[in-house]
Amino acid sequence: MNLRLSQEQIVFGLAVMLCIGFAIALDGFLTTHNILNLVRSVSILGILGVAMGLVVIGRGIDLSLVAVMAISVAWSLQLAASGMPLLYALALGFLFSLVVGLINGFLIAYVEIPPIFATLAMGTLVYGFGRYFLFNLDVLYVPDDAEYMIWFGQGVLFGIPVPIFLFAAVCFGAYIFLRYTRYGRYLRAVGDNQLAARITGIPARPIVVMQYMLSSQIGFIAGIITAASVLSMNTRIANSTFIYDVILVVVLGGIGLSGGRGGIRNVIVGTLLIGILLNGMTIMDIQYTVQNVIKGVILLSAIVIDTILNPRDEQTAQQGDI
Amino acid sequence: MRFLKTLILASAFAASAGTSTLAAGIDDPTRAPYYDAFKGKTVAYVPVAMGFDLTEGWADGLRSTLEPLGIKFEIRDPNWSTSVGAQAITSLITEKPDVLVVHNPDVQSYARLLKKAEAAGIYVVQVNMRSSYSTDAFIGADYVTMGGQIAQRLIDQCSPDNGGSGKIAVIQGVLTAAASAYQMKGILDVLESHPEMNLVSNQAADWDATKAKNIAATVLQQHPDICGFAGFWDVMDIGTSAAIKESGKDVYLISQGGGEQTACDGLTKGTYSELVVYNVPGQARDMANVIKQLLQNGNAPGSTKTTLFTPLDFLTKENMKPGDCWSLPSNG
Repeated sequence: MNLRLSQEQIVFGLAVMLCIGFAIALDGFLTTHNILNLVRSVSILGILGVAMGLVVIGRGIDLSLVAVMAISVAWSLQLAASGMPLLYALALGFLFSLVVGLINGFLIAYVEIPPIFATLAMGTLVYGFGRYFLFNLDVLYVPDDAEYMIWFGQGVLFGIPVPIFLFAAVCFGAYIFLRYTRYGRYLRAVGDNQLAARITGIPARPIVVMQYMLSSQIGFIAGIITAASVLSMNTRIANSTFIYDVILVVVLGGIGLSGGRGGIRNVIVGTLLIGILLNGMTIMDIQYTVQNVIKGVILLSAIVIDTILNPRDEQTAQQGDI
Repeated sequence: MRFLKTLILASAFAASAGTSTLAAGIDDPTRAPYYDAFKGKTVAYVPVAMGFDLTEGWADGLRSTLEPLGIKFEIRDPNWSTSVGAQAITSLITEKPDVLVVHNPDVQSYARLLKKAEAAGIYVVQVNMRSSYSTDAFIGADYVTMGGQIAQRLIDQCSPDNGGSGKIAVIQGVLTAAASAYQMKGILDVLESHPEMNLVSNQAADWDATKAKNIAATVLQQHPDICGFAGFWDVMDIGTSAAIKESGKDVYLISQGGGEQTACDGLTKGTYSELVVYNVPGQARDMANVIKQLLQNGNAPGSTKTTLFTPLDFLTKENMKPGDCWSLPSNG
């Protein structure tokens, strides 16, 4: 019997096993409320995962994603606090995120700096720029009168928290984009083999610019939900390990860092595994440091299982991973 | 006889001359040494990060007291990075300021460096979160007592004798920070003698509101009858409060912080049920006073150890008065 499971299936299997395990062992794990809470708590991670997923499918990586999300939204909140109508403030923040995406894309597509360095530097630059020129405080609060914005983070629709709908909407949008639009297919083609894509007449460089602008935009949306959900934006996350969690969700779900492969479903599966893990461990009241150990071990084992079942072949060896 | 008369007159004149100098005022003999003690001195300040109410408030208070005295006040901002902070202290040891004010991210990281700094002849003042090594002075909350008092407040609110479920949860900051570690001891010590209380969850949220919210949401849904939360920082506990609000339950949330106006507004709006406040401008003043004392006395650094615990206010919506909180001087 030739059993070849994809990484996505392995991770999905792990998630299901964990889920069954927790459901048997933990009272109150498998209740509607807890499942909703579980998905809500990882919906922001998932949305960022979609942004990162799109970039990685295009054979890039966006390490500035979390910094852009934090700084653009924090700037909007700062503007709103100093008296600008919230909608204008948000529009300016959105514009800021777009400009950063544009510069990222330009540096990578035209100046041909490797994405990992360009976006790493950009993340630091954006954070420093924001803290020095745009605002002084490291936590900015959402104004009290921003009810419709708060709804995006705390609202409930048909008994389901709004962030879950937004996560679903972003996933659905990205799915349609990748699958049914010309640019989505170009993105995948460029990620799979940029030179070949160029020969067939695909505007490879503009597509690369587009993918970074897309990820910044989605990052901004995730930032709005974060801020609305806890009524404040903590810009410290720009320096935290959150960006690695985002990459983790993408890679764990089975989107290869060598580009061109995988889809939105992989992001969802990766996100769910992390969500189930975090939720279960919080219910068990496992200490934070121990949680990190468990998280690390499960992730490593997923990767090991993948390597055993899907050994590196000549093609991946040639293309190389990041 | 005539000679004697002259002598008396002369001495009378002399006496009146004496009183005339008195009318012009005499100099306070302690003034000159007081100001001399501060001339050309440098105070360096290494907080965990600038940009939030506590560290900005201390910096502001120190600057406004020390700079008029001719003391140079320098800030090194490690921006939440312990290694950058350690580097800053290391380079300060060679630059040799007269006083080093340190806000420790955890109890271990800077301990050796602080000892070294004292050995190099620098006075070391620690603020609010202390290191395992005691230096010339510590100014800050007595976290062990504070933890005990918080536990007592939760017992008052939540014990089954008082009609509560007895179930409480704690959301800490960074596990190794003094504010978390000492406070937890205080809480556990008090809870030990109250078996009717049940600490159902005790998690760290890294001073981050989003993490606090996710933890609180899980705890709330796992223990629908939970009665109280204790959070270790008001900025982070906004997340806990959001989770409570979304669950639609009536849960007592006791939080803590430096008493900046935003926190008091949160009390008015019902974000928190109760706030434990250590007054930041008061702490800044304590620090400035200790610094003045150290510089005037001129004892060798490390030869005396002073601890000044900050008085704590337990504020609720009901007992809060205008003026209990303070505002950052320039917001933004």
